[in-house]
Amino acid sequence: MKLRMAALCEVRADMETLLEPLQYAFFQKGLFVATLSGALLGFIGVFIVLRGMSYIGHGLSHSIFGGFAAAQLFASSFYILGAGIWGIASALAITSVTKRSRLGADAAIGVITTASFALGVALFAKFGTSGPSFENALFGSILGISAEQIIGLIAVSVLTGAFVFFRYRALLFSTFDPDVADVSGIKVSRIEAMLMIVLSLSILATLTVIGVTLVAAMLVIPAVIARMLTDSFGRMLSYSTIIGAFSGLVGMYLSYYAGVPSGTMIVLVGAALFLIVLAITGTRGLRRSAGLDSHTDASALAPLSR
Amino acid sequence: MTGIGVGPELIELNDVTAGYTHHPVLSHVNFHVHEDQFTGIVGPSGAGKTTLLRLLLGTLKPMSGVIEKSSDLRIAYVPQLETVSWNFPITVEECVLMSRKSANLLPWASKSEKQSVYSVLDRLSISDLAKRHIRELSGGQQQRMFLARALLRQPQIMLLDEPTSGVDVATRHDVLHLLADLHEEGIAIVLTTHDLNGIAAHLPHLVCVKQRIVASGSPADVMNPEVLEQTFGARMEVLEHLGMRIVVDEAPHGGSMRSAG
Repeated sequence: MKLRMAALCEVRADMETLLEPLQYAFFQKGLFVATLSGALLGFIGVFIVLRGMSYIGHGLSHSIFGGFAAAQLFASSFYILGAGIWGIASALAITSVTKRSRLGADAAIGVITTASFALGVALFAKFGTSGPSFENALFGSILGISAEQIIGLIAVSVLTGAFVFFRYRALLFSTFDPDVADVSGIKVSRIEAMLMIVLSLSILATLTVIGVTLVAAMLVIPAVIARMLTDSFGRMLSYSTIIGAFSGLVGMYLSYYAGVPSGTMIVLVGAALFLIVLAITGTRGLRRSAGLDSHTDASALAPLSR
Repeated sequence: MTGIGVGPELIELNDVTAGYTHHPVLSHVNFHVHEDQFTGIVGPSGAGKTTLLRLLLGTLKPMSGVIEKSSDLRIAYVPQLETVSWNFPITVEECVLMSRKSANLLPWASKSEKQSVYSVLDRLSISDLAKRHIRELSGGQQQRMFLARALLRQPQIMLLDEPTSGVDVATRHDVLHLLADLHEEGIAIVLTTHDLNGIAAHLPHLVCVKQRIVASGSPADVMNPEVLEQTFGARMEVLEHLGMRIVVDEAPHGGSMRSAG
């Protein structure tokens, strides 16, 4: 009887520890935003990974950082809007430069996005910030999440969900086989442009919690884990979304207790899940995830061989 | 059906020059595809076979010249197996369903769309593989899957890029017979191939391409040493066996060396 009482007390103490951060409004908001951000990035990340666009996700987040810094110089209250426009412009510029010039996709991303990031760092250093601090913008923070940011994240999540729902066949077809999709009446260029816009908005909406340098990881890790678990595209989408949400939720909790930036913990949880799934699925999982990069965006954008 | 193309025209290329980044690959090409055509486009690497196919598909715009297509033309395209990302996470059913009608915007297929998919898969004898991942199929089954995806569009014309590239002899025969059956059912077929003996010699109509159209006609018309030298830039001997043309490379000292396929 005494033992049972002791065990119950221990469970209760654990629950109290677990529920303790939830009494703070900032943590509640942070937890919601982190979970939704993880789910959103996991969801859209499936298309990014399967199109071999991981590097674009990485570059775009850096590019948006430049927009963040520049936009607040001109209109401090609308810096998110400015960063969004900057990000979308960068995304469309990358697509356009890659398609119309001999420059490869990786080179175009390297030039456009790193220049934008460098500009952002320079502006931050010279003029400071009226938005998130330099460190928070880079690695994410649960502090200072505004109601507008939460609404923005929900809006982007709904928009992304609607885009994938109503353009599912076109997205799947143009990701798997852009040439045949084009012949089959799908406006591949338009779908690619829309995907880039949705990607930019997703990165922008999740930047506060995940951080510029870590957003790309959350685009890639859940999708790769999901690919290791299934051979079906529909299931990969569901698994990746759930894994992203789980990483966001657990990562946010751990970041509270460990006292480290939220983005780092979210990514570390994702990386730990990757190792666990790798250990369970072994060579089968590796075989499934192998060659994800071989289906590169560059090949889809470049002219076919003669 | 003769396969040489005498029925109504589906696509017309008139004096078309085309290429990439201002560099023409094909110059002043005149090429017509008719309803009853079964044509093989042959030529060496870089000759412009795929460029010609892309012009027919409409995915490449000409630098000059005119391309005309009959109204509401339904074209289907079967890609080269070697260019497909076989690790992509889709099953055979998901792959074929990509071709379903664009009017349905929902992510899932309707009951009638699924029925159509299974009826095409049945016709190609691969309905039992519908739930398999595409990597788990043999070369012949993979080709049948893409033919099924093409057929779901109920095409008037089917364009195939190197349909027998990288497959074994049995699969090559299998694919050729399937294409002949589809042609008999009224689908115009145009394919590219570099396989002169295994494919080209069996087709009713050939077009030899090398930056321009060198020759066009039946294998008996175009598979001769002069045309082949103009097309491939090398001397070849043409032998006759049971009414079939067989091309062999000519060795540097004048004797024949090996098959030109």
